[in-house]
Amino acid sequence: MQELIKRAKELLENGTVARVLGWKAGDLPYNPEPAYFDSTESLADFVYNGFCGANLSKYMIEASKLEGKTLVCLKPCDTYSFNQLLKEHRIDRDKAYVIGVGCKGKLDIERIRKMGIKGIEQISGAEMEDEADTLTVSTIYGEKSCKYADAMLERCHVCKGKEHQVYDELIGESKETKDADRFAEVARIETMTPEEKFAFFQKELSKCIRCNACRNVCPACSCRKCVFDSNKFDSAQKANVDSFEEKMFHIIRAFHVAGRCTDCGECSRVCPQGIPLHLFNRKFIKDIDEFYGEYQAGMDINAQSPLTDFTFDDVEPGIVGERG
Amino acid sequence: MYKIAKENLTALFRLIAGAQELYLPVKTAEQVNFGVWSEDAEVDLDTLKSVKSPKDAFFPQSENLYTCRKDGKKISIEPEALKEQNFVIFGMKACDVRGVEVLDKVFLADPIDTFYAARRDHGTIVAMACHEPEESCFCKVFGIDCAEPAADVATWMVSDQLYWKPLTEKGEALTKTVESVLEAADDADEKKVEEEQSAIRGIVEKLPYSNLSLEGWNGDVLTEKFDSALWEELYKPCLACGTCTFVCPTCQCYDIKDYDTGHGVQRYRCWDSCMYSDFTMMAHGNNRTSQMQRFRQRFMHKLVYFPANNDGMYSCVGCGRCVEKCPAALNIVKVIKAFEKQGGEKA
Amino acid sequence: MSIEAKEEFRPKIVAFCCNWCSYAGADLAGSSRLGYPADVKIIRVPCSCRVNPMFILRAFEKGADGVIMCGCHPGDCHYSTGNYYARRRMTLLFSMLDYIGVENGRTRVEWVSAAEGVKFSTTMNEFVEKIHSLGKNVRLGDLRCRN
Repeated sequence: MQELIKRAKELLENGTVARVLGWKAGDLPYNPEPAYFDSTESLADFVYNGFCGANLSKYMIEASKLEGKTLVCLKPCDTYSFNQLLKEHRIDRDKAYVIGVGCKGKLDIERIRKMGIKGIEQISGAEMEDEADTLTVSTIYGEKSCKYADAMLERCHVCKGKEHQVYDELIGESKETKDADRFAEVARIETMTPEEKFAFFQKELSKCIRCNACRNVCPACSCRKCVFDSNKFDSAQKANVDSFEEKMFHIIRAFHVAGRCTDCGECSRVCPQGIPLHLFNRKFIKDIDEFYGEYQAGMDINAQSPLTDFTFDDVEPGIVGERG
Repeated sequence: MYKIAKENLTALFRLIAGAQELYLPVKTAEQVNFGVWSEDAEVDLDTLKSVKSPKDAFFPQSENLYTCRKDGKKISIEPEALKEQNFVIFGMKACDVRGVEVLDKVFLADPIDTFYAARRDHGTIVAMACHEPEESCFCKVFGIDCAEPAADVATWMVSDQLYWKPLTEKGEALTKTVESVLEAADDADEKKVEEEQSAIRGIVEKLPYSNLSLEGWNGDVLTEKFDSALWEELYKPCLACGTCTFVCPTCQCYDIKDYDTGHGVQRYRCWDSCMYSDFTMMAHGNNRTSQMQRFRQRFMHKLVYFPANNDGMYSCVGCGRCVEKCPAALNIVKVIKAFEKQGGEKA
Repeated sequence: MSIEAKEEFRPKIVAFCCNWCSYAGADLAGSSRLGYPADVKIIRVPCSCRVNPMFILRAFEKGADGVIMCGCHPGDCHYSTGNYYARRRMTLLFSMLDYIGVENGRTRVEWVSAAEGVKFSTTMNEFVEKIHSLGKNVRLGDLRCRN
């Protein structure tokens, strides 16, 4: 982290960048917030640790409109989103100075809470420099500890790899955190009967409160005006009516980002109700891979997106029934 | 005061639910929210905070106001019936109870919101003391005592006993209907509850937010706070989602919309969020055009406008849900602290 | 309509037909006196590619029991390539609907040319029969649109 701050100071001082987009220390041990730093003094609050899960690519849409370059800190998975946004001309590469930061898996405070750890005062083991694979949490109710890997976000267990897809320079080491198959859960659901599938999704989606956090955090959801914000569309954003969002909202949203979703996992991270929203996006990714060949959005900026492409001998829609 | 063993709670719930609807914290797909009790509902009284506040019981996220139906050349308009059935909401926390008081100020003031008033009339609140408060809690800042919730009935869970103390007429009436499963508590029990209360208060003292200062936040500082340059800094990470407003026990803004059913129209209201771009949208446009203005609205409303109109009562109760749920880790505490820090620098 | 017919389940079926092939195919079926049930409501679209996946969802939301999309045979699109895009979209959408537990018999794509009146009629008959066997769509419909 010190190296990162030092480099950011240098770049600010020599005028290469006008501001730094990173994370600012929070007032609790686990809540750093995305923040802009425009002076070397303000960097005193800069922090980069296991709780800096936020994908800063989307903030670059706004930052691209500002005067001067913005130094942006991107984790390996964030760079896919950054690339995808570049491809869609939503951000300006010339306005960004990308520092690829190392990552050893990001932590999910909800998972820590789910282990029954509460009244958190301090957490050690979350810093990038920490070698240990356990987190020690001191709480009002005594000292607790848990494995770092057990407290990681779901997306880190199916990490896409340590390689940054785009960067101007790299700082810090990354760690391999993948220990599960990305499509295992999707495949498990696919084998269920229609009744079981319906019951599963109904149960998860009935929790939805239509807060739109999944949409607003999503780097692929970069429309200036969202279809759900249209007052001519009677499924407008705020109406929480079970029969609608249990079925429609999330399918429509997933379809809108199909072929563009990099599977960054932000939607699942921010959902206040812990709905595994990535299961929708991954279903599309899995289908695209199976039907039209492997495709990873945000990897190759020049690749044709699967939904704006075709071949003469694509599979027919009937395959859905034939596959069983 | 009465008591009931934890393992007999199901009998208590069954008894209440036999006569009226019973809402309580239920776990569905790993998350705890208030829901209707049923034999197979997974009741969870150990989780301190439900994701959504229980305000839904009085002010549901979406509710119908009336339905228009077209049948040939005949058009009928049918208003939605008011709540006529009694219900009990069990396991609310002290902060959420204060949240309902805040809603009362809005909906029970003239002109009275009949839908809300009907629900308030028919609802009995059984509150529960917070056994183990968490780091995101700051109810103490608003003078709320989470060891002694002020509801119709107050309860305490001490080891495997639930202590039950009716506080109002409604509470007494409910107690009468369930007396058969309750036991009278003796002096030793009273003592246990007192011990629990002082234990809770002891923990509250140690919470990181408990000494948050609200100095300088009141109805008289409107222009000073409104014009502060700090907002421009504070709002930056905000994603403009509505998580904070939808999990909040006091947010009370709503929007009225029509749904085309194909054979008529349903007019309904649903929660609105000041974070949304179409909040208070009018024919001429919107009077808050930037996210900074919308962000400012939320906190100014809670800490300045509301106290200005309601004898100094803040419309934040310190439940800490926004602290836990904001995707960008922003929250009202950070706002208060930022202003405090700035004030300190000026002085 | 007889009294008996009123009581039996009459599915609501929406068919999106492209202007150049399938709609003409439906016309041919009609002028050739080939029958297909009146439960099928045809919506003419300029090209199968015009069918936004949301149209399909919307039809279900508003109470359709089955939705079928018909377009020109691959290679014969009036606009050269429209149906190729539509094919990918519908494949993914149908797969998603199947994934969330909507019976996959409720959705179908069929390529019907202007000369295939017989195919149009048999397809529709088959599809209506299939929806009959699946019954009412309760999983995707909006409760507010009922009764």
